[in-house]
Amino acid sequence: MLSINSTPQGSVREPLCKIIRGNGAKKPFNLRAAAGCAFDGAKVVLQPISDVAHLIHAPLACEGNSWDNRGAASSGPGLWRTSFTTDLTELEILMGHSERKLVDAICEIKKDHAPAAIFVYATCVPAMIGDDIVAICRSATAEFAIPVVPVNAPGFLGAKKLGNRLAGQALFDHVIGTVEPEDCGPNDINILGEFNISGEFWLVKPLLDTLGIRVRACIPGDARYLQVASAHRARATMVVCSSALVNLAQKMEERWDIPFFEGSFYGISGTSNALRRIAGLLIKNGADSELLDRAEALISVEENRAWKRLEIFRAGLKGKRVLLNTGGVKSWSLVHALLEIGMEIVATSVKKSTDDDRGRIKQVLKEECHLHDSIAPSRLYSTLTGGKADIMLSGGRTQFIALKAKVPWLDINQERRHAYAGYEGMVQLVRQTYLAIHNPIWTELREPAPWERHRDANIRKHGEREPYRIPLQFGH
Amino acid sequence: MVNIFSQTKAAAINSLKSSQPLGAALAFLGIDGAIPMIHGSQGCASFGLVLLGRHFSETIPLHTTAMDEIVTVLGGADRLEEAILTLKTRVKPRVIGICTSALVETRDDDIAGELLKMKGGRVAELSGTEVVLASSPDFAGAMEEGWSTAVAAVIEEITLPGEHPRDATKIAVLPGSNLTVADLEHLRETIERFGLNPIILPDLSKSLGGIIPEQWVATTYGGTKVDEIRHLGSAIRCIAIGEQMRRPAEALKRITGVPYVLFGSLTGLKNADRFISLLAEISSEEAPLSIRRRRMQLQDAMLDGHFHLTGKRIAIGSDPDRLVQFIDFFTGMGAEVAVAVSTTGMSRALQSVSLDTIHTGDLWNLEHLAAGTDLLVTHSHGRQAADRLNIPLMRVGFPVFDRLGNQHKLTILYQGTRDLIYEAANIIQASQHRPSPGRTDSPLNMEV
Repeated sequence: MLSINSTPQGSVREPLCKIIRGNGAKKPFNLRAAAGCAFDGAKVVLQPISDVAHLIHAPLACEGNSWDNRGAASSGPGLWRTSFTTDLTELEILMGHSERKLVDAICEIKKDHAPAAIFVYATCVPAMIGDDIVAICRSATAEFAIPVVPVNAPGFLGAKKLGNRLAGQALFDHVIGTVEPEDCGPNDINILGEFNISGEFWLVKPLLDTLGIRVRACIPGDARYLQVASAHRARATMVVCSSALVNLAQKMEERWDIPFFEGSFYGISGTSNALRRIAGLLIKNGADSELLDRAEALISVEENRAWKRLEIFRAGLKGKRVLLNTGGVKSWSLVHALLEIGMEIVATSVKKSTDDDRGRIKQVLKEECHLHDSIAPSRLYSTLTGGKADIMLSGGRTQFIALKAKVPWLDINQERRHAYAGYEGMVQLVRQTYLAIHNPIWTELREPAPWERHRDANIRKHGEREPYRIPLQFGH
Repeated sequence: MVNIFSQTKAAAINSLKSSQPLGAALAFLGIDGAIPMIHGSQGCASFGLVLLGRHFSETIPLHTTAMDEIVTVLGGADRLEEAILTLKTRVKPRVIGICTSALVETRDDDIAGELLKMKGGRVAELSGTEVVLASSPDFAGAMEEGWSTAVAAVIEEITLPGEHPRDATKIAVLPGSNLTVADLEHLRETIERFGLNPIILPDLSKSLGGIIPEQWVATTYGGTKVDEIRHLGSAIRCIAIGEQMRRPAEALKRITGVPYVLFGSLTGLKNADRFISLLAEISSEEAPLSIRRRRMQLQDAMLDGHFHLTGKRIAIGSDPDRLVQFIDFFTGMGAEVAVAVSTTGMSRALQSVSLDTIHTGDLWNLEHLAAGTDLLVTHSHGRQAADRLNIPLMRVGFPVFDRLGNQHKLTILYQGTRDLIYEAANIIQASQHRPSPGRTDSPLNMEV
């Protein structure tokens, strides 16, 4: 059994306390399946490292139901999209053959797929029967001459957020600092918590290139193992998805003295501020001070161009009300982005956000806006059907609540089709929001069917008051 | 006699199968007012929820007992009871379908016993809600097994036992998990054409078939009604579709004496003929004109389509019943099924096919065996293999998440077979290369 004490304490002390306390006090647990587990959180954070083989030590469902389902993009290797699992069977679990199978799987993967490294993820069942993946990984690293990294985040340990942190801990304990780069420079930075969804980091990277800032490691979006392993030689770190990897940034600051800040590439001013702060931190750490001047010049050009391009959408979006239902980073960085164009936020969920996130959101929002820990589906539905919002921005799990309520919806989560980062991305986000709200289908959809129109006329004529409902059951 | 080869490698690479709890949960989703609940940790349900949502483009009322570390250590019985009672008070579902995950099954909790004890002690509190247990650990079987287990459990739990007066027009239909929403609707309409009244269990067409409810519904929107399940015993006949449904059909027969007819597949002219003859026999009615017209259309499609499919080498990866359905379909059109990979090797369905070899394994096995074939037939995850092999992909099965309208594709009876012929032929036509001096298809280079 993987005990609480065997998990890396530094990074998880607080959430684990919460778990234990929660149980003692009979805290009601969430029955809805929308929230992921710790394994989910760990895999999400690490999987986009694209030249690594991600091996899930589990019975089928953990990996079988969740592989190749995120929109992160890689500019090179496709190995991360290949799914590896030990697919444990009943007999193997009963007979205690699961550790042997794991070792065999590592051996096969090394032989057939030549990965830069293998990440081995523990899950509930092997953790419960006592498989020691840390020891297996240690000996496999020696035996197969390849980094084999244990990621110890079985699902029952807690929520997705905890898994995010455990993933950061795994990188800190086993990967970062294991390779010395030969090409360190004063303008090297790390970006933590950027997933490169739909390739959106590629909208930001040219800006950094223009300024001569080199991304030593972007973790995890489009990352390579060696970049992560040598990330400790960067001069500054920007943390993008604040709740996911901020603990890693803190630890890297402690051990390697890399200063960090939390920022966002969402929104025009968000992107500009991020560029300023990157330049500022680098200068403080020895970069040439003219970097900031060049950054300001670039910002001014880019901002002007973006605002000009946004002008055509302003009239169509001013005063439109947005219901934001998403966790973590997107809540606060997108809020800012949308306010810039004159939209209003009527409610937002802050479930996965940290306390700092919440403070930031409160600052930028009007008082009447509601902050929810999580919004129950029924509540979400009635808000939307009640005409209290013109669009919902959320992830795929709540997509159909909006669509069934016949309210425009835009995906801002991991499966989204568009890149929203940077100045270009902001224009894209606003354009997509505009297109969603002004799509002609909405008026057509809300028109009653011919037979209902007829009925409405009848009701008016005969003064009937009985409301008519389409029966939910079709057929018989 | 077909030889079944199982995979020998330790790592499963690019999984072909979906897990058993998912199949069980999906079966419960075809029951009216139901809530499937996966007894396991948060992720067991949330991954499934996302996958089902992407496949059906619908809200999925899947719940979880959200076992954490401490519950895992101490045992999940209390948690399960608490979850059932909370759901009952909050949502008042007509059916709660418990699907067990590997996590609780590895603990070897006596869930059936605990449930029985709990139901005995809380009769009043649970009145109006059926609690059904499907034991579906994901360390065994795949989607079909979970589906079959859940349907059998529903019948055993809800259907009134004993012989009942038979209703000469009532047909119990037990469709396998490989049938689409369109298939179920077509099945219902076809049976009704003969003046018969089908009760389809489970019926995903009424819950995940593109329904926009007028109010928020926390359970399934529709599906087979509990009352209909209760009175299945008065059916004159049961029609089971797919070998996976033998177990539920046997359960119904054992409990109520309703005899069943099992169809391995309803795709293809011969199978459709057999099905229509059965309906004609039960109803003593002649096949209506519209059905005869569909049969002729299928004949015509076979005439027009066989040019494109004949001699083509097909690689198929799927659950056993769908695998058999498509092997029969393609071989029936003169194509050669060069590679067949099944998710599991246990199904009796596999014994019925006219191939020498079936492999059990994953998409990696399929990809390696499929080099040089003309068409890859599997679910959306086959897209990587199709890209690497430069072979077109016909998306069939679960999950299909990168094409729309998958549930509204018909695959059975005259009309569905006609549509399949056109789809397969069109995919093959679209990927044909124009002749060039270097690459004419010389028969000298080809094996017969």
